Amino acid sequence: MGITSTGPHLAVALDGAGWHPAAWRADGARPQDLLSAGYWVDLVREAEAGALDFVTIEDTLGPGGDRDNPSATGTDQVVGHLDSVLVAARVAPLTRRIGIVPTAVVTHTEPFHLSKAIATLDYVSGGRAGVRVRIAWTEDDSRLFGRRDLGAVRLEDAKQPHLRSPLADLFDETADYVEVLRRLWDSWEDDAEIRDAATGRFIDRDKLHYIDFTGKWFSVKGPSITPRPPQGQPPVVSLAHASIPYRLGARQSDVLIVTPFDKTEAINVLDEVRAEQAVAGRADETLHVFGDIVVFLDETTQAARDRKARLDDLAGREFASDTGVFVGTPAELADQVLDLHAAGLSGFRLRPATIPHDLRAITRGLVPELRSRGAFRSDYEATTLRGLLGLSRPANRYAA
Amino acid sequence: MTKQIHLAAHFPGVNNTTVWSDPAAGSHIEFSSFVKLAQTAERAKFDFFFLAEGLRLREQNGQIYDLDVVGRPDTFTVLAALAAVTDRLGLTGTINSTFNEPYEVARQFASLDHLSAGRAGWNVVTSWDAFTGENFRRGGFLPQEQRYERAKTFLSTALELFDSWRGDEIAADVESGVYLRDPAAGSFAHRDAHFDISGRFSVPRSPQGGPVILQAGDSDEGREFAAAKADAIFARHGTLEAGQAFYADVKGRLAKYGRRHEDLLVLPAATFVLGDTDADAQERADVVRHQQVSGQTAIKLLEQLWNADLSGYDPDGPLPEFDPVVGEHTVARGRASVRSHRDPLATAREWRALAEAKNLSIRELIIQTSGRQNFIGAPATVAEKINELVQADASDGFILVPHVTPGGLDEFADTVVPLLQERGVFRTEYTGTTLREHLGLDGARPGGAA
Repeated sequence: MGITSTGPHLAVALDGAGWHPAAWRADGARPQDLLSAGYWVDLVREAEAGALDFVTIEDTLGPGGDRDNPSATGTDQVVGHLDSVLVAARVAPLTRRIGIVPTAVVTHTEPFHLSKAIATLDYVSGGRAGVRVRIAWTEDDSRLFGRRDLGAVRLEDAKQPHLRSPLADLFDETADYVEVLRRLWDSWEDDAEIRDAATGRFIDRDKLHYIDFTGKWFSVKGPSITPRPPQGQPPVVSLAHASIPYRLGARQSDVLIVTPFDKTEAINVLDEVRAEQAVAGRADETLHVFGDIVVFLDETTQAARDRKARLDDLAGREFASDTGVFVGTPAELADQVLDLHAAGLSGFRLRPATIPHDLRAITRGLVPELRSRGAFRSDYEATTLRGLLGLSRPANRYAA
Repeated sequence: MTKQIHLAAHFPGVNNTTVWSDPAAGSHIEFSSFVKLAQTAERAKFDFFFLAEGLRLREQNGQIYDLDVVGRPDTFTVLAALAAVTDRLGLTGTINSTFNEPYEVARQFASLDHLSAGRAGWNVVTSWDAFTGENFRRGGFLPQEQRYERAKTFLSTALELFDSWRGDEIAADVESGVYLRDPAAGSFAHRDAHFDISGRFSVPRSPQGGPVILQAGDSDEGREFAAAKADAIFARHGTLEAGQAFYADVKGRLAKYGRRHEDLLVLPAATFVLGDTDADAQERADVVRHQQVSGQTAIKLLEQLWNADLSGYDPDGPLPEFDPVVGEHTVARGRASVRSHRDPLATAREWRALAEAKNLSIRELIIQTSGRQNFIGAPATVAEKINELVQADASDGFILVPHVTPGGLDEFADTVVPLLQERGVFRTEYTGTTLREHLGLDGARPGGAA
């Protein structure tokens, strides 16, 4: 496969001032700008300058907060953020090649709205849209909408794929939700718009399709109000830490981001994901499995350690994470990702601990390092996100 | 005192006003078309761009309607993207209050207001039909009498969410390590018959304190809603007398809400056809009307009054001999026009009389009865008419609806706008940066930090 010979895919995860809770106090940070369009344009352009595959933009329904590094005072961390789909749309016309993947909460929202929003993001970006789907499982989230009681959702149930649990239900619902997104994207055939002056018809209505989805949690009739997006199917991304979300990714995602702490764990996770992929009947399809890594990068290992220690001091606690944390030089990180890539991970989503420092260290340090080893593209070689990921434009499921 | 005119650009809609068969007609979905119209409007110093919304494709006789433009983008996504390619133009759109939840819409509009540096506007509409509801997990529909009640509580809930941040909470003080002065910033709790929500709002206060609020209803309830809550009201009263009556009516309702005359703008939607001379414009208008109402379209529009399948009728022939079918079931779904014929039998009697008196075919009758363009004439004539209507308090300006996408505003921008500017009734440069400033409203919604 081409992927192996050309090295890993690379994405960065953008979130506020970075992933360390004290990132907003780091040198070069722009804590006053986090709600401004210019900030996000600058970050995505930086990622694009490194020819990265895509950026993800984090989002939550509520004001957020770092579950792994909770604030003691409620005043010393960044609180508040913008809707990531709209941030993506704001950035898209000012970038040219990089994929843009906002985060969308599916638990309380309407698949019809999200489907047309991502289709529209695909239009405004010229085929560079993706979407990362996530659940909102807390009671705090539910109260913001006031429409559903989700029952006793326990995250630890994610490790129990054979147990019927409220958490398992949320992920099954998410699979249905993605199914609706995908059907709506296909609900117009590519050549449905005919503008036939002779018959006065703008569309060939036989090329529009009701999706008639009926599931346990909702029904959606269709067709979409938005024609099929440029990519046909914008890539769907999900993040997973355990069996039940692995199953979601195996069923419905194009890119599954996993969170191993070491190579052995990465290999075990890959085995489990590939097995679920076969169960889902998708063994022949490309499912990228990306490793998620928080990165603290400096010219020397010691400098990176020292910087992390200073940030931890500012935060008043040692940094904790739901995924592997790398502290070192770009060259050391290159060694690590190439090793994990050889073990089967097709790409990596890097979470810069601070922005702009660690973002620039990725684009101006890691990327040149990988290029020097022949393991990363020197420039963009495709115009769509699917193209960058080596995914062809899919046939429409409804086309005769 | 001479009033300043407000102008907005409506992206052409999915109805027969929009002429897709014109050789100059471009895409209704490619982003380049939206950029083109928005940049033309900004070049002409318009107040705002407007994008309508529909959440289910229209059907007639049980089939997707195929004679008009079909398909549109997501409102929020297009407006956010347009913020990247414009600097001053207001960015407004319709968002439905029936098939959304206040928390989500509030965070989207607050985000749009941040991302556009204070240029967001929201046309609040309601739906009532189970037909549209079939696309949504909440499904169902609202009895008509609950539409405005839900819309009102939806809007007031969204306003509470915007106001949950005062605007002075973020310190972002690197030295002291205080990012947020108030650890409870954004807290809210709201409970009424429609919504029971609480928590913390995720988007800190936006430049305008929330979007400009637009409202389009013409009913008594709609007018009252606008008087209580809106910054601008759309209307469809093209004539001087009807416009003045509407204007006086809605402005007269403001006082009881403690609002001033200038706190609510009246902005009717208006179509236009220009020409080198008035006679030339009249000729062009007639051509456009025939493009807008083809024989097939005439039959479809007649079906909406007759509420029956008339596909066997000749558009160049006479009206059906039988009377409209009155009943719950309607041939056309996903649009308001069937309901807008409130007394179909009376309308049919009028149409028969008109057709008989002027010897009109179905198509010619529909062309005459379904609304000519509001402004037809040479640029000087149109500029004069627009100014006259505004100065006579028939409106505060107009939302212009071009009939060709995306270039249909160019001629107006190039010929009419300079004449209005010469008269001193329309801005030659933007004097503010936010939509509220363009509209002459206070710089930001009340409720923020002083």
